[in-house]
Amino acid sequence: MAKLNMVKALNLALLQEMERDPDVLVIGEDVGVDGGVFRVTEDLHRKFGGTRVMDSPLAEAGIIGASVGMALYGLKPICEIQFSGFAFQCFHQIENHVARYRMRTQGRFGCQMVVRMPFGGGVRALEHHSESEEQFYAHIPGLKMVIPSGPRNARALLAAAIRDPDPVIFFEAKALYHAAKEDVPDEIETMEIGRAHVDRPGADLTLVAYGAMVRVAREAADRLKEEDGAEIEIVDLLTISPLDRETLTASVRKTGRAVVVHEAPKSFGPGAEIAASIMEGAFLSLEAPIHRVTAHDVPFVGFARERANLPDVARVVDACRETLSF
Amino acid sequence: MPRTIIEPQFTIEHLSILDSEGNLDSALDPAIPPEELKRLYRAMLLARRFDERMLRLQRQGRIGTFAPIKGQEAAQIGSVATLRRTDWMVPSFRETASMLWRGWPMEKILLFFSGYLEGGRPEPDQRDLPICIPVATQVPHAVGLAYAAQYRGDDAVVMAYCGDGATSEGDFHEAMNFAGVWHVPVVFIVQNNQWAISIPLKKQTHSRTIAQKALAYGFPGLQVDGNDVLAVYAASREATERARRGDGPTLVECVTYRLGVHTTSDDPTKYRSSEEVAAWERKDPLTRFRAYLEQRSLLEPGLEEAVDAEIAGHVQAFEAAGPPDPLAMFDHAYGNPPAALAAQRAEMAARLGRAPQPETGAPPSPPMRGQRRAWPS
Repeated sequence: MAKLNMVKALNLALLQEMERDPDVLVIGEDVGVDGGVFRVTEDLHRKFGGTRVMDSPLAEAGIIGASVGMALYGLKPICEIQFSGFAFQCFHQIENHVARYRMRTQGRFGCQMVVRMPFGGGVRALEHHSESEEQFYAHIPGLKMVIPSGPRNARALLAAAIRDPDPVIFFEAKALYHAAKEDVPDEIETMEIGRAHVDRPGADLTLVAYGAMVRVAREAADRLKEEDGAEIEIVDLLTISPLDRETLTASVRKTGRAVVVHEAPKSFGPGAEIAASIMEGAFLSLEAPIHRVTAHDVPFVGFARERANLPDVARVVDACRETLSF
Repeated sequence: MPRTIIEPQFTIEHLSILDSEGNLDSALDPAIPPEELKRLYRAMLLARRFDERMLRLQRQGRIGTFAPIKGQEAAQIGSVATLRRTDWMVPSFRETASMLWRGWPMEKILLFFSGYLEGGRPEPDQRDLPICIPVATQVPHAVGLAYAAQYRGDDAVVMAYCGDGATSEGDFHEAMNFAGVWHVPVVFIVQNNQWAISIPLKKQTHSRTIAQKALAYGFPGLQVDGNDVLAVYAASREATERARRGDGPTLVECVTYRLGVHTTSDDPTKYRSSEEVAAWERKDPLTRFRAYLEQRSLLEPGLEEAVDAEIAGHVQAFEAAGPPDPLAMFDHAYGNPPAALAAQRAEMAARLGRAPQPETGAPPSPPMRGQRRAWPS
């Protein structure tokens, strides 16, 4: 057991999966000698060499396209896209091929691969370095879309993603990379993909969040307990797609009220699918409309205005109060 | 400081062995054994006749849209024939001749163009990728396969096909660049058939050749007469041998011509002249190779009839098979499918009058409508 931040925890998952499976490779821009711009791949190049930890040319479509070929051969590439904002230069490879190869070849080939990308705001970064684009991947059949919320689940989910037969888009919230340390077991640990986690139980309202927004949700829940005496149940999705409708529905059947928080813009975002799923599964339990607290429907606003755009504790508290008093 | 030349001016070779009358340049004779020459001709003829048959089937509404290959038989057979069974073939969407050579059954090709993915499933031991439709996106896959082969210590070579239009796409250049940097065993066959739907080569690139693009990525490029099967074979053999001995990638530009439509939905009379087509018909890869084989007395009697009978048998078998099960659409979306997909499958099964999947336990009963609870209580 060691106290690790998310960067170190992810690094541990990569190290251990590479040690146990020689078919696992790491590929990306600056992932080798430099250890990745966020140091997630630190030391792997030294341990495994340049043929397994590959500094690729600066070309996202090339990274994903070549990784598709490697995966079809039976290798298990872990691709790093330096920032999720650059993934549109390989989006066609992900949508056209990574997601579809198993279907297109009727099971003869599959793309067992992981595409890691730092995403999200809160780090005062420039355009293309702060956005949240999980909805694009969550919408694509054939892909799985995972977003951890802390060091321990990040490590366990990354290990599971590497072993999953299906391609996994793995988003890492930059705001969480160095945010907190957690006890992470030394021995290999995995978590089931497709399972949400009830982060804290509560009877009055279900607060759905993922990634860096789980922190915001926790703070909001603390304040609501303290100031209103409300018991908030936080559901940390961990996997966006496939969505754990069972856990969501069970929670809302109990609480009767739900608020969804995400950093992506509101319209057609994950909140819409989450709300629809709750409607389908727990309609008769609902006491109030489902509220969404999200970024606004505007393109990147510049980091100086980021705080005003992204959900914060005050907005989440207000949304919960409105829902509770409906 | 003076201007200095850091690299000599480049030259690009163009290789042509058989002229359009089928006369051999004996100095360049690739010395292909007679049995192999016969095999090559049979494969080209089979591909031509199958293509023509598919066109008729499409016009009769018996299969859907497809991309005919007429005119490109030498470029495809001459190249694919230099691969071993254990090598990899990465097609785009106009490689029916190469696919037949690699053992794709005609039934499967027909099934694919009838809209069934089952037709795109390679056999378990077949090292071919399926048809790839988004232009040039398959080329980086070939580079990744070649990297993986090298990583595993396997001496397999990867051959990737694309057309002249593909060479304008970013994926083509990213793939070439990765191949050069990684020095992997891949052969890029560019079938320069002069037209990308309605866009002629001169609007596609300002380069004198496509072959020269390889030089910028640090590996050899060669242009061949793509309607001369011997030239394509010789160049491809050189390229696959180079790849296999660890000397990296090669680009082979096959200068050829799409004699027919882009796809069965296309009308080429809108954008090109019948004189141009007629001029290329005189360079038909089959007539030229046939003339050469005749000179060498290698032409088998009754070959057309034999090939047609083979095609007819496959078409019959294709049409005799019933349509695949619609429920199979759920079978291969995921290796480890999500629960929601099982529910969608069950819903469709019910609509088809099949038994849905057995329920796992009784559904939980929600509270009665109107039982709203106030908060705080």
